[in-house]
Amino acid sequence: MSDIVLKTENLTKHYGGVHALQEANFELRKGEHVAIMGDNGAGKSTFVRQITGVEQRTDGKIWFDGKEVNFAGPIEAREAGIETVFQNLALADDLDVPSNLFLGREKVLFNLGPFSILDRKAMRKATEAALVRTAVKIPNLSSTIRHMSGGQRQCVAIARTATFASKLIIMDEPTAALGVQETAQVENIIRTLKENGEPLILVSHNMRQVFDLVDRIVVFRRGRIVANLRKQDTDGNDIVAYITGAKTGQAELQAA
Amino acid sequence: MSQTSHGIGGLSYDAKKRPWPAEFNVFLALVILVVAFELIGRVFLGDSFLFNTRENVSGLFNEQRLQIIILQVSIVGIIAIGVTQVIICGGIDLSSGSIVGATAMIAMSFAQVATVNGNPNPKAMFIDYGWTDLPVIVPVLVAIGCGLIAGLINGLLIAYTRIPPFIATLGMMVTARGIAKWWSKGQPISFPTDSFAAIGKGLMPVVIFISLALLFQLILSYTKYGKHCYAIGSNEDAARMSGIKIANHKVLVYAIAGILASLAAVVLCSKNLTAQAGMGVMYELDAIAMAVIGGVSLSGGRGSIIGTVIGSLIFGVIISGFTFLRLDAYYQEMVKGVIIVGAVVLDQWRQRRRAIGA
Repeated sequence: MSDIVLKTENLTKHYGGVHALQEANFELRKGEHVAIMGDNGAGKSTFVRQITGVEQRTDGKIWFDGKEVNFAGPIEAREAGIETVFQNLALADDLDVPSNLFLGREKVLFNLGPFSILDRKAMRKATEAALVRTAVKIPNLSSTIRHMSGGQRQCVAIARTATFASKLIIMDEPTAALGVQETAQVENIIRTLKENGEPLILVSHNMRQVFDLVDRIVVFRRGRIVANLRKQDTDGNDIVAYITGAKTGQAELQAA
Repeated sequence: MSQTSHGIGGLSYDAKKRPWPAEFNVFLALVILVVAFELIGRVFLGDSFLFNTRENVSGLFNEQRLQIIILQVSIVGIIAIGVTQVIICGGIDLSSGSIVGATAMIAMSFAQVATVNGNPNPKAMFIDYGWTDLPVIVPVLVAIGCGLIAGLINGLLIAYTRIPPFIATLGMMVTARGIAKWWSKGQPISFPTDSFAAIGKGLMPVVIFISLALLFQLILSYTKYGKHCYAIGSNEDAARMSGIKIANHKVLVYAIAGILASLAAVVLCSKNLTAQAGMGVMYELDAIAMAVIGGVSLSGGRGSIIGTVIGSLIFGVIISGFTFLRLDAYYQEMVKGVIIVGAVVLDQWRQRRRAIGA
């Protein structure tokens, strides 16, 4: 149990009569990168929303970092160490890179409540360090997010999650809206995170990307986990079969 | 701000190609306007707008005109400081003019003298209670209290009932004007103490305006509060996701706007030595116009107090320029309207062009 970062037991979410997520049992170990795949409406995002406290689960238990947790909201989850890169980027367009990285947890020179004086130099330095650590390329830290490309924005969002000593990073389709080069840049950041031993859950539709980056693939179908496979034990055709329902996978799950 | 000419991760950029700050454009507009009035004055009137042309007065500039320009915008300018931070935070405040009216009436009634030329002050509201000749701090605190309450109500309504700021502050605008009229049943309140009258004397309004502008420019640039104003105005969902307590922040923003409006009321009724229920009518729109002309974006997230101060000077220059050219006051109003709309159009156009260029 000690090297397990995140564990869910019978995690279930119903929206009225819709059973969006049913009895999901999931484990993530230290330093492990896991991909979550599945068709639209298979329950991937629902699963992420339960873990990050964006929604409240109908049933089931979640352990994070060795303790059973009940997050009342995304901010509690973040304070516990779960950093999420959302599909819709949570960045403020009119602020520069350091301001966005430290939004809501600014470094402060003098504490005067809401009128605390910001330590801009320290935040700038920490930002440079974080960007170097995650190998993010940004030409000018002082320019606002508004002036950046989609890839650069995504990189800033990811660098933000990596800046703080997070225990788990969740990315919900981080490259869905990006071009080829920008996707490559984001993937490089994910590799850097892997080298640094930071655990990651990657929600993705991109088969090549998943096989390039992660250790293990979990497939959702109709609200249930239908496959949980190590990368070397499977291939693209196999995964597609699980996603489309050609293979049901109950036998493999029990074996694993 | 220190600039590294090399970027992060080996990318380089040309520091010289950075777009200049938006305030520079506004300042340029101010300079062009002054030059235009100067030229028109020289050609058509044979008089100078900016420079001293009278023989019996020394000095290079027409100091009297310069003083009038800044003096006539400084009271609305104080309101504009509060409005600027509200707009940056993605809101709007239509109630400031009425808050000025109500606060002026209430504060003035605590600043009255007991006797005028040896006779009992006929206008003193609280003479029966003996609340006359009170120290100056009393009416000032009463005023701040009024502004604070009005601003808190605005902020709480907007933050917790989630009604649009436009509606919440519109309600306050009508209500506060009603309070201003009800307070003394429409009668003006006059004869303040000397110490209260000193607040708005001479160039004091300008000193107060500039001090407050400096203070709030620093607050917006260097504090958490300022950073969160820009963040909320720029992307409220992102700010919420980042753990900023949006509701608390909004309450604070509108409370500060209310306090600044009440300080403007103190300066205004002190300067005029009287308070009337109709005081501050349309000030809210003038204040919003100053902010917008100064480059504060109505969609939130962009702008600065410096911009608003320059915007207020543009306002002042236009009014004095029209007086200088001996044009009717009616034209001033018409042109003011055109300039407000023009400033917004220009801002939109600039944003679009920038988006295409990026």
